[in-house]
Amino acid sequence: MVDASLRKVTKRFPGIVALDEVSLDFRGGEIHVLLGENGAGKSTLLGLLAGMQQPDSGEIAIDGKPVLIDSPRRSMDLGIGAVFQQLLLVPSLSVIENLMLGGPWWQPVKRAAALRRFGELATALAIRIDPDAPVTALSLGEQQQVEILRALWREEKMLLLDEPTSMLTPQGVADLGRMLRRLKEKGVALILITHKLLEAYEFGDRISVLRQGRLAGEIDPERMRSLSAGERTAEVLRLMFGTEANDERTRAAPDIAALTGRKAHRARPVDRLKPPVLTVSALATERLPGETALREVTFELWPGEVLGIAGVDGNGQKHLAEALAGQRAVAQGRIALDGRDVARGRVPERRRVGIRYVTDERLGEGTVGTFSVAINLLLKEIGSPPYWRRGITDWSLVHASARDQIRDHDIRTPSERTPVGKLSGGNIQKVLLARELGADARVAILNKPTYGLDLQNQRLALERIDAAAARGVALIVISTDLDELLEISDRIGVMFQGRLAGIIDNAADAERRIGSLMTGAESAGSA
Amino acid sequence: MNALLTEPFLVSLLYGAVTAGVPLLLAGLGEQMSEKAGVLNVGIEGMMLFGAYAGFVAAWYTGSFWLGFLAGGLGGAAVAFIVLLLCIRRGLNQIVIGIAVTMGCQGLTALLHFVQFSRTYPRLAAAPVLALPYLSRIPILGKGLFSHSPIVYLSVFLGVVLTWVYRATYFGLSLEAAGNKPSALDAAGVDVIRTRSFAVLSTGFLAGLGGAYMAIVGAGLFVPFMTGGAGFIGIVLAMLARGRPIWVLVGAVLFGVSLAMTTALQVAGLNVPTDVVQMLPFAVVMAVLVIFARHSMLPSALGLPYVRGER
Amino acid sequence: MRELRIADGPAAGVLRVLIPVVLALVVGGMLLLALGKNPLDYYAFVVERGILRRGGLQETLTRMAPILLIAAGLIVAFRAGIWNLGGDGQFLLAAVTAAALAPALSGVLPRGATLVLCMAAGALVGAIWSLAPAMLKARYGVNEIVTTLMMSFLGVSLSNVLIKLVLFDPATTVPQTRSLPVDERLPRLWGSTVHSGLLIAVAILVLIHLMMTRTAFGLKLQVLGANRAAAIHAGERVERLTLLAFVLSAGLIGLAGAVEVLGVWGTVRADWNPAYGLLVVPLVFLARLNGCAVIGFTFFFSALMVGGESAAHRVGIPQYYVLVLVSLLLIFLALVEYLDQSRRKRLAA
Repeated sequence: MVDASLRKVTKRFPGIVALDEVSLDFRGGEIHVLLGENGAGKSTLLGLLAGMQQPDSGEIAIDGKPVLIDSPRRSMDLGIGAVFQQLLLVPSLSVIENLMLGGPWWQPVKRAAALRRFGELATALAIRIDPDAPVTALSLGEQQQVEILRALWREEKMLLLDEPTSMLTPQGVADLGRMLRRLKEKGVALILITHKLLEAYEFGDRISVLRQGRLAGEIDPERMRSLSAGERTAEVLRLMFGTEANDERTRAAPDIAALTGRKAHRARPVDRLKPPVLTVSALATERLPGETALREVTFELWPGEVLGIAGVDGNGQKHLAEALAGQRAVAQGRIALDGRDVARGRVPERRRVGIRYVTDERLGEGTVGTFSVAINLLLKEIGSPPYWRRGITDWSLVHASARDQIRDHDIRTPSERTPVGKLSGGNIQKVLLARELGADARVAILNKPTYGLDLQNQRLALERIDAAAARGVALIVISTDLDELLEISDRIGVMFQGRLAGIIDNAADAERRIGSLMTGAESAGSA
Repeated sequence: MNALLTEPFLVSLLYGAVTAGVPLLLAGLGEQMSEKAGVLNVGIEGMMLFGAYAGFVAAWYTGSFWLGFLAGGLGGAAVAFIVLLLCIRRGLNQIVIGIAVTMGCQGLTALLHFVQFSRTYPRLAAAPVLALPYLSRIPILGKGLFSHSPIVYLSVFLGVVLTWVYRATYFGLSLEAAGNKPSALDAAGVDVIRTRSFAVLSTGFLAGLGGAYMAIVGAGLFVPFMTGGAGFIGIVLAMLARGRPIWVLVGAVLFGVSLAMTTALQVAGLNVPTDVVQMLPFAVVMAVLVIFARHSMLPSALGLPYVRGER
Repeated sequence: MRELRIADGPAAGVLRVLIPVVLALVVGGMLLLALGKNPLDYYAFVVERGILRRGGLQETLTRMAPILLIAAGLIVAFRAGIWNLGGDGQFLLAAVTAAALAPALSGVLPRGATLVLCMAAGALVGAIWSLAPAMLKARYGVNEIVTTLMMSFLGVSLSNVLIKLVLFDPATTVPQTRSLPVDERLPRLWGSTVHSGLLIAVAILVLIHLMMTRTAFGLKLQVLGANRAAAIHAGERVERLTLLAFVLSAGLIGLAGAVEVLGVWGTVRADWNPAYGLLVVPLVFLARLNGCAVIGFTFFFSALMVGGESAAHRVGIPQYYVLVLVSLLLIFLALVEYLDQSRRKRLAA
């Protein structure tokens, strides 16, 4: 029984064809995974079903009847519920108030009925959240659960999830899986969008692969069951990248991590007998409502090494990055570079001694979107020679230097004067990396450096990090992508509730140990 | 000092405070609704003026005060409609349009008034007063507070109603979402544009009503530019009120008292310059802000137009 | 839909201004017709009086001086993301200061020194009047729209109080400060009635433009205004910059008040308030916060106001009509600007 289908749907945006004559079927009681790289068109498809955009051509049918989904309300009326990557909850309202949004205006709010529905759904999905809690008090995982409730509020017919596991612990992922299976049993049609192969296998009954806006192929439930793990992977890779998984990828052991392009970690020659370049002692930041502050963070960092920082979002990583970078005041503790305490100073002083920071909010704070690439490359050096002499800007030098950097770092942009906001995510990241990982960098903190990038640019970012380490830069890489950390780090620390729960060497049992540290099960020092 | 506690002074003060405060209350409540929805309505001064003129003209030609008030409200809403078309449905800069609209209304009403009444300033008869049954017989308070035009009581009642609406209806939730996270409201299936449009139109109606009150009840006539910044004070009241209508009422009382103080003091035989007294409420509020330095609660999406799907 | 293929050059720029002007004139003309007057007559007078006649042109240029300075002040503030809506209060208090100080000093000091000192005093007073909102914003993030509006009301009332109670000239019937004799005021330019304040204003506007586009300080202000989080991320001292931008902005507006008094009136009458602070806000936005475009817009609007007032008198309608015309212009200019930008966005990517 087909609940929803797309027939030859095409959607164009200025300069790009996001979906090209895609035809898909979605059935109740089945988890249908849409797999593809970042930028393959998956989110656009979601947008069409959720009523955010309309197709340029082609047809969408629900229960066999063609429909025009021209608004989120229409989408909801048709029984479609969507959970986006960006959480859409009003921060100043409580959980139940967010769920009640959308009723007829002049009526008093029907709290009792809403609470009943809440109880119904929460029990069915084994969710434990206080309905009157303000949204800001919830963790990201809990907020996502509220979103799922919201998506299923009116009718449990069809649920679309866009990259739902990006902010969950391994435990949270397991919980989500259980919830999805419960919904499947109730006959809900589930559509899961992801770029992670492992997830696709774990959750999916059916996998459809999207590549550059087209449907590259599909693996139906029967084939899913009949293929072996290796065959399945090879098939998916073939659909995603179009060639027989090439030599580079299959040469390593046929384990999934290697086949997705992740290389095994190669240990770096870090001389730990020499003094560390960075010593952080008992670092603490001020607690502010809604944020997780640092409490007593202590670690050392050697030149040429990469220290990965793992942990679920919201356990203090942001404070750590900002405190080290000088963007956030240090409440207590020391940050010593080559033995000298730099905790008193702020960003300019830290930069001067070689501490750099690549933020995860590329457009939010890393760059000024309306300003040119050239200005953004110098954003943290405004006023410094040689580009500024006695406060006056030498624009020709600024632009010439920018052109050089654009060439050296392969930044794809029409010109150095193009507003940086017009560049693709990958190129904006190249700008940030070029700016921060320059000649004078000694310690660099990178927050989610590959987030939202397509595979090629992810590779590039990791290569840059590798190259910097080879030059002797000490790097701290904060990420929620464990695979990435395992590939690139020499040691991995885990943030939990504002503390460094532990730092372990990147050895064979690293993944297991990290998992338990992330949930607080294991504490620093224990085996 | 004794002269201050006499009946004439107190009655004059209370009566004047209400007369001066009601337009501020209406403007403040209106602006507050716009701001909750995420719209910074700078054109409110123009809406009040236009309402004042429309109300006066309607009352003058029909002889009905109620029609006058209605016309005033509709006049203000008409001006708000222009702001709606340009700023909410399109995405023009709210500040530019707000100021342009204010200037336009100032000029237009003065112009129309000149053309129609050729330099004579016709006066309306005194507007009907509704003296509340038992309350108006209380000494001093009775004459000062409870013998006013019905619009006064309605305005205060409106404050109460709005408090309930914001807290307990779906409209209140929608407003909150429209001002803080419009994308969440959109995803919930509520039309953000429609929510904001409704808020802006309501602001216009209330502002226009306030202006009409000033012309019909307060002065009994129309004078160009007669609102004298009342709309801007409304903006100030709304911004300071942290989303609660009760604080708009408090602020309106505060400003109303100070505006009425000069006349009341004259009645008591003291001649204090208007300008000094008019400074008082602003000085008090600034002092409070400096001493307590709290953040005024403004919705985060204030002033930004909403486009679906745009990041 | 076929788009009009307009090159993005000077031709487009001219059209962007011309079309709204024509639209505003047409709508305004219809209003005039409704009032029983001939629009063509009126507009002809406006042009003639505002620009063509020597006296009118000089009046226009004179009117420009304070507006240009206020515009400079607003450009600094808006570029830094600060809503300085306290212009009227800053302007008036500075004017009163200059008006009170000048007669006192002119007996003692040579003319040049008096003028310079009074202008400096005006700028200082304007700057000081913005300190409270500036610090509240810089340190506590208190919204400056509210605080500057309130300080503006306070400033206007305070200047009236000062004139009526403290600084008044006992020899006059209408309360005003002691008048500064004409030959003590800002010198005229080359035998015209335009005072040198205009040159000062243009010079300062150009300087501010250069500052914004060619100095590190200007760039930092722009970063602050464009993306505050990025400014913090880049290590800029945001509190200090906010304070500086605020104070500079208010100081320039104060200077405008001083120049207007020292150049034109020589005195400040009670209850005088040209309310330039409000008009210049949309002007500056329409000029896209660009100093050079501001000069063009200011000339245009000044000519319109001067010519319009005169023409209104001639044709027999009240001055208020000019306000309506200005308002229509602002709306149409904003509309065309918006349509142009959305067209660009659609064609660009």
